[in-house]
Amino acid sequence: MAEFSTSIKEKGEVSIINLKGFLDAHTAPTLENNFMQLINSNKFKIVVNFEDLSYISSAGLGVFMAYIESIRDNKGDIKFTNMSDKVFNIFDLLGFPLLYEIYKYEEEAIKKFFGS
Amino acid sequence: MGIRNKNKTGELKVKSKTENLSEIRDFVSTYALQAGIPMTTVENIILAVDEACTNIIKHAYKLSAEGEIIIKIEYDDEKFMVTIIDYGKSFEPDRVPLPDLQKYYREHRVGGLGMYLMKSLMDDVTYTSIPGKYNQVLLLKNIRSG
Repeated sequence: MAEFSTSIKEKGEVSIINLKGFLDAHTAPTLENNFMQLINSNKFKIVVNFEDLSYISSAGLGVFMAYIESIRDNKGDIKFTNMSDKVFNIFDLLGFPLLYEIYKYEEEAIKKFFGS
Repeated sequence: MGIRNKNKTGELKVKSKTENLSEIRDFVSTYALQAGIPMTTVENIILAVDEACTNIIKHAYKLSAEGEIIIKIEYDDEKFMVTIIDYGKSFEPDRVPLPDLQKYYREHRVGGLGMYLMKSLMDDVTYTSIPGKYNQVLLLKNIRSG
């Protein structure tokens, strides 16, 4: 079975979700739960760090699409960081860079929430 | 120089459960690497097969875990072919347009992304449906060896 796990840490007002392993249709509900938890606790400034993610399918990308609207409606955002070329290529193929901000490093994404 | 061993075909039969996707990916990976395909292309083939099987689990079998998925692989020096068969509800691929991401985003629709990925990552994607009998999707990747 595919290994996938997430961990969430807080840096000030920003919540960072670290993804690890294989994100597919089987493991996507884990990430959905993370987003629901954050939204339920009124945490709308979210950075997703892909550094330890080995694989993503459209089921994983679908999670980001499912929650982005309610997060932006609450003056928040989901920003992506530390993507491998392999993972970035899939996002790129589906046109995600037009709709989401993608940064090289976590710190950069965090700063963007505060207008710098 | 072509590979001359006899393991140029393989078959995997699994139940329609998302937890089997990793086994499906490993199966495809083994044969694609054996065929001498470059890693980036291997990864693309794996993703395309994952998307096809995810669609089958979600749409043909509607998340029932009792369905059967058969994955057949056949390759030679020029092409790598994956045939995926299911006995669920038939699928009409012509009705799946290329995704308008903005629109999907507004409507929370994500199902068409997998189809778009399959078509982008493979050289040919062919659906055959015999309603009430079986559905088949053929994924083809042209390869060059030697």
